[in-house]
Amino acid sequence: MASIDNPRDFLILTNNPLAASCLEGRGPYTIRLEPDRSFREILVEARDLVYAGHILYTHPLAGSVKPNETPYKSLVVSLSPHGFDPQHGELIANAIAVFDKFKVLDRVYSGSVLRDFQLIDYSLLAGAIGLDARAGLSK
Amino acid sequence: MKLELGYIQINDIQFSKECKVENGTLYVDPEAIKAFMYEDDDVKAWVKSFSFDVAHPGESVRITPVKDVIEPRVKVEGSGGVFPGVINKVETVGSGKTHVLRGMAVVTAGKIVGFQEGIIDMSGPGADYTPFSKLQNLVVVAEPNEGYQDHKHEYEHAVRIAGLRAATYVGELGRNVTPDETAVFETYGIKEGIEKLPGLPRVAYVHMLQSQGLLHDTYVYGVDAKRSLTTILCPTETMDGAIISGNCVSACDKNTTYHHQNNPVVANLFAAHGKTLNYVCNIITNENVYLADKQRSSDWTAKLCRLLDLDGALVSQEGFGNPDTDLIMNCKKIELQGVKTVIITDEYAGQDGKSQSLADADPLADAVVTGGNANEVIILPKMDKVIGTLDYVDVIAGGHAGSLRPDGTIEAELQVITGATNEMGFNRLSAR
Repeated sequence: MASIDNPRDFLILTNNPLAASCLEGRGPYTIRLEPDRSFREILVEARDLVYAGHILYTHPLAGSVKPNETPYKSLVVSLSPHGFDPQHGELIANAIAVFDKFKVLDRVYSGSVLRDFQLIDYSLLAGAIGLDARAGLSK
Repeated sequence: MKLELGYIQINDIQFSKECKVENGTLYVDPEAIKAFMYEDDDVKAWVKSFSFDVAHPGESVRITPVKDVIEPRVKVEGSGGVFPGVINKVETVGSGKTHVLRGMAVVTAGKIVGFQEGIIDMSGPGADYTPFSKLQNLVVVAEPNEGYQDHKHEYEHAVRIAGLRAATYVGELGRNVTPDETAVFETYGIKEGIEKLPGLPRVAYVHMLQSQGLLHDTYVYGVDAKRSLTTILCPTETMDGAIISGNCVSACDKNTTYHHQNNPVVANLFAAHGKTLNYVCNIITNENVYLADKQRSSDWTAKLCRLLDLDGALVSQEGFGNPDTDLIMNCKKIELQGVKTVIITDEYAGQDGKSQSLADADPLADAVVTGGNANEVIILPKMDKVIGTLDYVDVIAGGHAGSLRPDGTIEAELQVITGATNEMGFNRLSAR
């Protein structure tokens, strides 16, 4: 079992293909890319893992792009369970409550806007785990 | 540390071949500013062109998408230069004399990403929500070079530097101008302050800085705040541009560089300094995404408050969601050290204002100042002139299917207006 805060223990949950491709092969973490999952479904998946004893490594509400605007979400939980942390349980449950309070928007985005949403999500994820976002983009 | 600010009031900006400040008017040659901006290699590499415009208060003008707002200043005495570690050498600033071109700003605008917010209306209902509608604005609109799509970090950096260089060029024009008014700001060393101001409560300002990634970053003496530990600044250092903004997403509660230069928490603490309290210092701390960073930074914030033997701390956050966790961690841990806190935030309480305002809370956070509800919807009328572009307005927060209506009006949440719910209190919204 990898120790806490070791990148070997990072399980990256993401529906963002850009994040997955830019991070692939750059560290000992595990990437679980699920492009068909919604922003909310990624949060719920993380919540269920936290309830099962995995810990949260990154804040589920990272970024100023609001959850009803961007379709993309990446976050990091532990690959191994380390015991249930009630603070993390509260954090992820609150994040889902925040998501649900934002009005659902009926927007259709162009390809370049979607790409920019992916870019911001990826940049925040890379920064969180101490990687240079630019290096991944120029792979 | 002691700093004298000399305020030179600017009431008008005119384009001219000669660059000078005379009788309250800034005369400036866009070509000269452009040449100064292009001296930087990153600007040269990534910015294809700049266009310049002036927006006056009361005009039917909309500036969007706004990246940063910067007040031109120049150091005329004392160590270092404005924007240390970025434009000038990384030498400690905050002492001596600095001239301020007051009443104006350099505003940078132009697309970086395709959902970019940041609106400054110079008249109409939107103007009431942004402090920058009251300024003479020299607007610099940047256009990227080909190929920037895959290099947006580099392009953001280039536009950030370009804005700071434009403000530096303009600020320099005030070097030999006699200020209309001066003010002196001084804080003391720990022991000196206790001796000079016996009996007054000792208060610090815990200044939280957005630090997450592209378009969500802040720099201190050129250092990316997410890579820094919690530390101490003299309040006057911020007046010389020690902190600069690299963030503008959800523009209502992002601190532009202008906000850092003119931080109202700093101004109000100085106004009370020596009268009702002893203003000890600023403690700067970040708002990272990685949870262990939050733990470390808030532990250090509380530890510094205890080491400084403070009686009270004002805590301002920047942003919503992720930073709410830092805000509450800071507040709770500082309170547990026996130091009283007041926190300053804004709210995302839903368009009807009925939802929970923050993503986190604690019973110890019992003294809260709000900068307003960022979800509140506003209708912005069509303006005669747009500086920048409306290309991205339809994608910003607000309307159901889009924010730009066929008649040119914009249905938007306050979060799209630059500075509308600022969490330093640099706005007029609040609640009692």
